[in-house]
Amino acid sequence: MQKTNRRHAIAGFAAGLMGFTALSGAAFAQQTTLSLFAPNDQAAVAYTEAMVAAFEAANPDINVEIEVGPGGTERDNMVKSRLATGTMNDVFVYNAGSLFQAINPVQSTVDLTNEPYMSTILDSFKQTVTAPDGTLRGVPYGQAMGGGILYNKKVYKDLGLSVPLTWDEFMANNTKIKEAGKAPVIQTFGDTWTSQLFILADFFNVQAKNPQFADMYTRGEAKYAATPAAMAGFQKQADVFKAGDLNEDFGAATLNDGLRMLAAGEGVHYPMLTFAVGTIAQDYPDQLNDVGFFALPGDDATINGTTVWMPTALYISAKTPNLDAAKKLVAFVASKEGGCDPWVKLNAITGPFLIQGCELPSNVPAAVKDLQTYFTADGRTAPALEFLSPVKGPSLENITVEVGSGIRTPADAATLYDEDVRKQAQQLGLPGW
Amino acid sequence: MTAASDTRLAPMAVPARLGARPSPYPGWFFLPAAVIYGVLFLMPTFASLYFSLTRWTLFDSTFIGFENFAQFFREPFLIKGLVNTVLYAVITSGLKVVLGMLLALLLTSHILARGYLRSVVFFPVLVSTVGVGITFTVLMHPTNGMINEGLALIGIKGPGWLTNPNLALFSVALVDVWKGVGLATVIYIAGIVAIPQDYYEAARIDGATKFQNFLYITLPLSRPATATVITLSFIGGLRTFDLIWAMTRGGPGFASDTVASVIYKQYQAGFYGLSTAGNVVLFVLIGVLVVPLTMLLNRKQGHE
Repeated sequence: MQKTNRRHAIAGFAAGLMGFTALSGAAFAQQTTLSLFAPNDQAAVAYTEAMVAAFEAANPDINVEIEVGPGGTERDNMVKSRLATGTMNDVFVYNAGSLFQAINPVQSTVDLTNEPYMSTILDSFKQTVTAPDGTLRGVPYGQAMGGGILYNKKVYKDLGLSVPLTWDEFMANNTKIKEAGKAPVIQTFGDTWTSQLFILADFFNVQAKNPQFADMYTRGEAKYAATPAAMAGFQKQADVFKAGDLNEDFGAATLNDGLRMLAAGEGVHYPMLTFAVGTIAQDYPDQLNDVGFFALPGDDATINGTTVWMPTALYISAKTPNLDAAKKLVAFVASKEGGCDPWVKLNAITGPFLIQGCELPSNVPAAVKDLQTYFTADGRTAPALEFLSPVKGPSLENITVEVGSGIRTPADAATLYDEDVRKQAQQLGLPGW
Repeated sequence: MTAASDTRLAPMAVPARLGARPSPYPGWFFLPAAVIYGVLFLMPTFASLYFSLTRWTLFDSTFIGFENFAQFFREPFLIKGLVNTVLYAVITSGLKVVLGMLLALLLTSHILARGYLRSVVFFPVLVSTVGVGITFTVLMHPTNGMINEGLALIGIKGPGWLTNPNLALFSVALVDVWKGVGLATVIYIAGIVAIPQDYYEAARIDGATKFQNFLYITLPLSRPATATVITLSFIGGLRTFDLIWAMTRGGPGFASDTVASVIYKQYQAGFYGLSTAGNVVLFVLIGVLVVPLTMLLNRKQGHE
């Protein structure tokens, strides 16, 4: 008897729910709901929320649902399978450059070439979201970034150190820092992608020595293992491990652990992109200006510059049923109000903006001020390899974890990575592989 | 004598009788099952056999013959993955047999709160694997994890359970055993309870010790349970993925990669043809290892 009653209750409840859904559906019939697949680092989450709030205020008939997704290879996987199965959100944030080429952009995203705002977006960014057929597919979701070493300025001052211009100076600084009882280099293999910076941020030095490397690499003519300048990045990562310069929990620490150590001065050097400054601004605002930036040093003090990353981009899925609303959102992100002001308000400044008319505020974080000195000088920046070549091996982050944990030698790692790259080039159908 | 007459009768009488009597069910009763089996199993299986021979982007595919298989076997981590897979399967199924048997002995004896303890042992089986993986990842953190902090209290510096490349696979295997031993225990309890009491009575009259009881009665007579536990946990170990992925993602580097995680990584990187080829390899591998194992275990059982 009791059982029957309960069953009736459940049925009634279910019917009620259905009725409620039907009602709410009718009440908001005019509303368009857009789904946005957003990144998950803290600064980007804060920006996304602020930007969406401003957008919804300006467009009361559009409702934006934010779905925060993971980064790194997990994101590659989610984006590729969602696009392939037609289940992608209306608009999504994903890398520009080589990863963008790997998602088959002509078929999976909407052509934005003729949108009026495209004329206000800097060419350096546009070339990274250009599909193979020459059309433009995305707008910047953030600011340009530098890749190099974030360091704790306070510790540098206390120990009387100066910014190193060569790798030997860097290692000498590490020795002094270790003597002072702090971790000289922070590594965070809990987030495997963070292990790649020694290789990727070294590209300025690679290009300085082999200006043709990117082209030859794309054609399958230049290999990491056969190019000493390209192998140097693996060697650097092996050096810091061998010297015992890493934080104790490098194998399990995450990006957020690393930033905490850096801000607190427990660790002093963190090979990272300057986008992480945005997270420091959110979590450790008082220590924000203790954190500075310098380029990953090479072996010649006269050739010193930083590798530059383009931000991730916002794309529209080709399968979206809400194209007009999606275009409105993208146009908003490409405008000063949507694409720049929220970042400034959050003080999550990581580098120069890529939208014309957006100025950096005068009180930018110290690390970004350091980064700007490279941009204002001549020939002290180079784009990261992933913006010059469509090929990036998917296993790099696992290989660099091995090198950074002393499991694999640099020479071995370079050979392995060349093999990984070959697979990707074949999958992309590039000639010469 | 009876056996001899059976063999004499069998070839003559039995087929004749089977042929004469039609099945009481019409053949198309098979149809629903056949459709489901065909659509959900046969079709994907044959489609994947085809796609394993192509370079596949999900939008289009190019036929490239056996190149995917050549590439898959060239994967530098594949050999390591294969060794790890077999190692993992052997460790987990071995420990599950030993621990499951011991726990089942304990839980079939007359102890306090037996029913409660049985459910406690079974409980981890019910918890989500990914949840277990994440929990243990936190517990096994090299500096802030509860395990190493506990060890530090008694003056032992705990290792990097999941960050030491020589240890990571074994740490995951131990968690797998913790999670799966409950199922082995339940199978063993059923096996032990099914042993007729007569044997134990006879043994008691002969003055057997408890250990002799175990060695000469319980152990041999629970062989069917052992066969089930080994087969289930060995197959489970061979295709293990969720726990490894939740805890180490095959890392550090490639140290705890198994065949399944290597395949998943290829899929993740967008090498769909290659990962399909990997699945075909895994399918064959499981077949090659498990079919003889099952035959071996069942034959021994027949001899008893």
